[in-house]
Amino acid sequence: MKQYLEEKNFKQGFRKDVERLSKQKISNCYQCGKCSAGCPMAFKMDYPPTMTMRLIQLGLHDEVMGSNTAWYCVSCETCTTRCPREIDIAKVMDTLKIMAQAGKYEVSDTEIPIFDWIFLKSLQYTGKVYELGLIMTYNIISLNPFKDVFPLGLQMFLKGKIALFPHFINDPVAMWEHLEMFSKIHKKQKEKIRETNG
Amino acid sequence: MVKLGYFPGCSLSSTAKEYDISTRIVCEDLGIELVEIPHWVCCGATSAHITSDIAANALPAKTLIWAEKNNIPITSPCSACFSRLAIAHHTMATDEEMRKDVGEVVGEEYHGGAKVLHLARVFYETYGLEALKAKVKKPLKGLKVASYYGCLMTRPPEVCDFDRIENPMFMDKTVQALGAETVKWGYKTECCGAAFSLTKKEAVLKLTGDILSDAKECGADVIVVACPLCHANLDSRQREIERKSGKKIGLPIIYISQMIGLALGYNALDMAFKKHFVDPVKVLKEKGIL
Repeated sequence: MKQYLEEKNFKQGFRKDVERLSKQKISNCYQCGKCSAGCPMAFKMDYPPTMTMRLIQLGLHDEVMGSNTAWYCVSCETCTTRCPREIDIAKVMDTLKIMAQAGKYEVSDTEIPIFDWIFLKSLQYTGKVYELGLIMTYNIISLNPFKDVFPLGLQMFLKGKIALFPHFINDPVAMWEHLEMFSKIHKKQKEKIRETNG
Repeated sequence: MVKLGYFPGCSLSSTAKEYDISTRIVCEDLGIELVEIPHWVCCGATSAHITSDIAANALPAKTLIWAEKNNIPITSPCSACFSRLAIAHHTMATDEEMRKDVGEVVGEEYHGGAKVLHLARVFYETYGLEALKAKVKKPLKGLKVASYYGCLMTRPPEVCDFDRIENPMFMDKTVQALGAETVKWGYKTECCGAAFSLTKKEAVLKLTGDILSDAKECGADVIVVACPLCHANLDSRQREIERKSGKKIGLPIIYISQMIGLALGYNALDMAFKKHFVDPVKVLKEKGIL
């Protein structure tokens, strides 16, 4: 893809926001490319991790947030482990996704945010993840209700690998504390994002 | 007698039931006491740490606080749960701001006193290979095993307290202690695609297919794993990969706990092999293990 660097596209505050939220020094990256070489998902990404790091250094937020890179990060931590500048690159990718979902930037993926929303709702109301409910709700919302139902889902059911009902925290006090904790988490996260310049 | 807090994780009551069954049987036999953590909640997995870093640390915090208060090390058989617990412990031990934020949210502060262990390393380090060898009743002679570690059992090294990142050997040595042979192969720590199995299926089929075909080419009879997500991708997606590539793979995927169970003399029914998609019984019978 051809890139034109124009002054109006740069935003230094962007790099600082990412550095502040991820607590990683992105300016340390010297473009060795080890992260991209080891990344199992690089073949699917618009920009490999090395390029993404450079784009953040330059403050090119539209390129970073508009690309699918962070959404294809599978959190395997290979880049983080191998980085000679000790940047937790996987954490940077997480931060980009957190920033996008907080509503300041474009969310350039549909599947993962839907999946996460259902996952966290399941976790919020039961304390544990209800796998059957998660898969079925995800399939319905993503307009593909019969995905993996035949033969995989049916076989899983016959092998007794699917719990039909959700498991709850079986103690009302612990459940109440859990629900309360969740509402506090939401509040705290919003406060943190608001503190950035964006 | 080793006493450990047990954090089974959500998958072990559903898609990875056989991992839970075999772990409990094997630990009881070996004399490892597992105390299930009271009212444990999900670790939040990837969905939490890409949505909110407060949630990613607060969700495991309760479990860590329990371990700290009771002074019991905790173990998880799931690599993702282990990783989230260990990373939350590491983050709160090194990042004062996060420790305070999580303290406010949870209502109690965590002081960094918990110890988090992966189940595979409990067998290797806490229990010890010599003790394990002494317990073997039925050596797994002639079985060629590829040990698959996946991502989060060894990475990142400072969190997992682990130095052999690119070529870990602890699971190989455990399997060798049970009498089996291990093969040298290149995909030990490559990623299987994990939870992308539902959202980005095509990518998972490629990653998992590469892992399976490398193990096959290197002469493995079975792959041993210690993570419910690795198992789900390698086992239940295997037929789909075979159909897509037109090549037969037929590699059974066995949990480390089931492997130990076999060496301790348990049968296929005890280890719940009927829940697997690729049936391990045939290979094990050929080798005279079952």
